[in-house]
Amino acid sequence: MSEPAASRKQRVSAPKLDMDRIIDDRRTRIIVCCGSGGVGKTTAAAAIGLRAAERGRQACVLTVDPARRLAQSMGLTSLDNTPRQVDGVDTAGGGSLHAMMLDMKRTFDEIVEAHADPDRAAQILANPFYQSLSSSFAGTQEYMAMEKLGQLRHADEWDLIVVDTPPSRSALDFLDAPQRLGRFLDGRLIRLLTVPAKAGMSYMKVLNAGFAMMTGALTKILGAQVLKDAQTFVTAFDTMFGGFRERAEWTYRLLQAPGTAFLVVAAPEPDALREASYFVERLDAERMPLAGLVLNRVHTSPAGRLSAARSLAAAETLEMQDRPNGSSSDAPRYSIAVAALRMHAERMQLGKRERRIAEHFTSAHPAIPVAEVIAQPEDVHDLDGLRVIGTILSQQNSLAPLGQHE
Amino acid sequence: MTTRDTDWDGVRLHVVTGKGGTGKTTVAAALALALASAGRKVLLIEVEGRQGIARLFDCPPLPYQERKVAIGLGAQGAGQGGDVYALAVDPEGALLDYLEMFYNLRRTGKALTKLGVVDFATTIAPGLSDVLVTGKATEAARRRVDRRDDSHVYHAVVMDAPPTGRISRFLDVSTEVSGLAKVGPIKTHSDTVARVIRSPQTAVHFVTTLEEMPVQETLDGLADLRERTGGAIRPGGIFINMARPAMLDGADLAAAAGGSLDVTELAVGLKAAGISDNHGLAADLMTELREHAQQVALQDREREELLTSGRPHYELPMIPDGIDLASLYQLATALREQGAA
Repeated sequence: MSEPAASRKQRVSAPKLDMDRIIDDRRTRIIVCCGSGGVGKTTAAAAIGLRAAERGRQACVLTVDPARRLAQSMGLTSLDNTPRQVDGVDTAGGGSLHAMMLDMKRTFDEIVEAHADPDRAAQILANPFYQSLSSSFAGTQEYMAMEKLGQLRHADEWDLIVVDTPPSRSALDFLDAPQRLGRFLDGRLIRLLTVPAKAGMSYMKVLNAGFAMMTGALTKILGAQVLKDAQTFVTAFDTMFGGFRERAEWTYRLLQAPGTAFLVVAAPEPDALREASYFVERLDAERMPLAGLVLNRVHTSPAGRLSAARSLAAAETLEMQDRPNGSSSDAPRYSIAVAALRMHAERMQLGKRERRIAEHFTSAHPAIPVAEVIAQPEDVHDLDGLRVIGTILSQQNSLAPLGQHE
Repeated sequence: MTTRDTDWDGVRLHVVTGKGGTGKTTVAAALALALASAGRKVLLIEVEGRQGIARLFDCPPLPYQERKVAIGLGAQGAGQGGDVYALAVDPEGALLDYLEMFYNLRRTGKALTKLGVVDFATTIAPGLSDVLVTGKATEAARRRVDRRDDSHVYHAVVMDAPPTGRISRFLDVSTEVSGLAKVGPIKTHSDTVARVIRSPQTAVHFVTTLEEMPVQETLDGLADLRERTGGAIRPGGIFINMARPAMLDGADLAAAAGGSLDVTELAVGLKAAGISDNHGLAADLMTELREHAQQVALQDREREELLTSGRPHYELPMIPDGIDLASLYQLATALREQGAA
């Protein structure tokens, strides 16, 4: 049974995202794909990069954690931290595609080597705190992804960089990472830790009792050696702080520039879209240019004219005909029809739920263009699969709008 | 108390990990409900500050405090279930807790927080904050009712842990910390935490869907856990989430996947149910059936792949309407029926 007209009228439909316009606009220099983990960011970034290359752009995809087979299909078998040309791309339009996988520790090491004299660099690289910081996942990856993006943009070898943000626990982490590092480096604790080394022990005497209490407590918790290592690290690092902050700020401004387009990627699930909502609001607050939402893995049906309720009722009718006395008959005549109708009802139910969730987002953010990507039967792991995604992303007008399948 | 055997008798700390989007928090919550039978208390811990537990149980955001959020799943014939408590652990709260518990230094802790010590720990040495967070979970798992009584406050602790890609590092606390501190109190603390995590009382469960990437990550995660800790951390079960059951039996399924099912049979069925076959509805439904059969075949391949790990596995059905409290109990029942709790 179709729904009453009143409820249909209330449906919100989002403007459609015009991906080709973004890709073809030469002023677009950076596309950032962000969103929570497991929503298909990497695939979206790769598909956009490939489509851009085949439409004549010199594109570079910077990815953080691609699935193994997708990485292989793009020739990303070695982690050498420099973009490599991707084979199998149609370059008839004069474009090209490079791709690289981020090596977080190496990127960090390179910054240290670039910003400190050799002795000091060696001292930092050997410090246990530096090793922990540079190889751990929390925050560093986000920061290094932004750093690498800055480097690639600065090199100016590509006219379009598509970046896939790290699989952090929250979509917002990568935006916060540079500032968090900056705040940390400016922190009072760091200042206090660097004082003794800078001014010598005599200066310590004029410091208040708070400091003694703090170092006392820290020694108690961490042990004297840890505190000493931390001090050595912070002191050695101190000379680089300025450079770090400058770079972080430069990258941040780059993200605010008109040549950048943010794409928020989400699956039609409450958690993913809630994250997407936060992110959209945050981008707005940071005055960062949002191009739209990519809604991945949407379920639709070629038989959408048959509603879930009607399909389920029909399945029950047939089941009753198959076993008129309530006992299962020996040879059910309609087993295939029953299976098809039950399956269809479930699919319609899922699709309906997804649309409701998506409409929730669109009600809150009615002006944000949306591109929907129909759930693919298998994971994408070759260039052909990426092309299909790229085409779907770019041909939103040929698709039925949200909620018109029933 | 029931004497029924489960696959994880003796496990006090259940660490639940999984790739993003596979329903890790949902499975952790269902497991906690399933474990909380017959008056047992179970603590469900969240460590990533998402407040996913509060949303699942439809309660206000969880503070750094153990709070009752639900009544456990009652055992058949054994009356009402126990209690599920929940706690959101953050590194800052865990640090204050640690200082108070071991050094009676709560006020100093607050001063340290103001000075940015927590920022310091989480930024410069995430290993330290991992120790504090896992330390809280192990403390809850070992907590006794009182000194003379050897019964535990919690029958089990279930941790909604970081995702598969980070889990080994997260749990390998002693190695993480020993890189920073060879001796000293934090080292001693991390050794204690590591002893619990590396004991048979802790098991690491993996949540996955029957899709290529989550399955690959699960197998990689299991291998990583084994390699990194030399097999010292006990791998738990594989929880297959959102599995779609096959709607047809073997022969018909194969025929549907191959596209050789008879569409007229379907059309006759539609007619018998009073649905007109307008614009080739039967053919469209057949397309769906074919996609379904292909998906089932893909699921079977992925399941096979998972079974190569030799881990016990449990299947949880897809809930098409979305997860609410009632469906959590439904999932908990499925887990208990399969012997996971």
